Amino acid sequence: MIAVSDATRAREIAANVRDPEVPVLTIDDLGVLRDVEVSAGTVVVTITPTYSGCPAVDTMRDDLVLALTAAGFADVRVRTVLSPAWTTDWLTEAGRRKLVEYGIAPPTGRAPAGPIRLQLGVACPRCGSLHTREISRFGSTACKALYECLEPFDHFKVH
Amino acid sequence: MTAPDTPATTDATDDDPHGDVSVDLVDLDLELQGFSERAATADVAEYALRLGDDALILAQQLSRWIAHAPELEEDIALGNIALDLLGHARSLLRFAGSYDGRSEDDLAYFRDEPDFRTLWLFEQDGGDFAHTIARQLIAATYLYELYADLAASTDPALSAIAAKAVTEVEYHRDHAVQWTLRLAGGTDLSRERMIEGLADMWPYVDELFHDDPLIDRLPGVAVRPSSLRARFDAVIDAVLAEEGLDLPRGPIASGGGRQGKHFPTLGYILAEMQVLARQHPGAHW
Repeated sequence: MIAVSDATRAREIAANVRDPEVPVLTIDDLGVLRDVEVSAGTVVVTITPTYSGCPAVDTMRDDLVLALTAAGFADVRVRTVLSPAWTTDWLTEAGRRKLVEYGIAPPTGRAPAGPIRLQLGVACPRCGSLHTREISRFGSTACKALYECLEPFDHFKVH
Repeated sequence: MTAPDTPATTDATDDDPHGDVSVDLVDLDLELQGFSERAATADVAEYALRLGDDALILAQQLSRWIAHAPELEEDIALGNIALDLLGHARSLLRFAGSYDGRSEDDLAYFRDEPDFRTLWLFEQDGGDFAHTIARQLIAATYLYELYADLAASTDPALSAIAAKAVTEVEYHRDHAVQWTLRLAGGTDLSRERMIEGLADMWPYVDELFHDDPLIDRLPGVAVRPSSLRARFDAVIDAVLAEEGLDLPRGPIASGGGRQGKHFPTLGYILAEMQVLARQHPGAHW
């Protein structure tokens, strides 16, 4: 019984660790938290990077160790896996809502595949207008692009 | 084990060849579970090394544009693309090193020119922005087809790395396609430069699709390069046709990167990339 409640508690703590780049999202909202296991006093948390070179992974790992250690788990291991690969489809509905409230346009639907891409409209997170313009395909982090409506805004791009 | 400064011969503390240097490692435990029981075999390691070297050298080359791109947005774009490629290189080199116990840093910083396996395309100077875009168009189109197929590799580590890389490389391809069309359809000068960029990079296309005995020894694990050529050509043809550009013609470079015979640029690239790690072993910040 104790092991079960420990597992639930560890899962809850891990799920509440925030994305260092988009702090309105937890790593659970973002879909990068893959698994939390507790056995014989050891917590093993499995996460996956959003992008292959994403430097936020290191911070997430440190934050997970800190949060779980502070909650009394003495032995915490964080594993990073690549498979199955993260895409923006892993972002939860709650995560999407939080992004809009924070002023970041969430990922749109997917354009048909092909070498010359069709660009889909991105709604402004403040006014909902579709009369927006891409300023930069690559933004402040690997996962975002920069758009503008009456003001510039970040778009969490489809990946 | 070719470099004289491989871990076994250094007298650093314990089992860490770089002393107290701390590099944040992305651990690929799940894919590589049983890493200790089943590290990469010699052939699989050599194959991973090839792909890792291509990604590493291209990342290094693109990084040169940081603070030099035509506009701030392009600084960020090329920097982001380089970061993705570095992520692929780290995963691939780490896996390659599992064969003989070398770390990703040992492989990146402590190998000399003949030990690298980079194809000549990736060693070409970025030249002006149009040359960089031409190199990107060719590289990303090739890498997209390669990783799309490698995602189905029977080797779980290669498959996981490729499945992750393919969506990123697709975005890189999109970036290169957009710029190719923009430059070709822009002013007379931008069109001329784009045509020149493509012509200068084209001699190095053939080497991307060479098969060799290593590939024959890895059926189901490695992707046969020649099998990607038709899809590569179809994409390039469609992009060039969009702006009425002709497919470049001309001589084909001999190549030899997979055998450690390199274009003269690689020495300079490595000198810049490796100098800090070699002059200050164990340095960290």
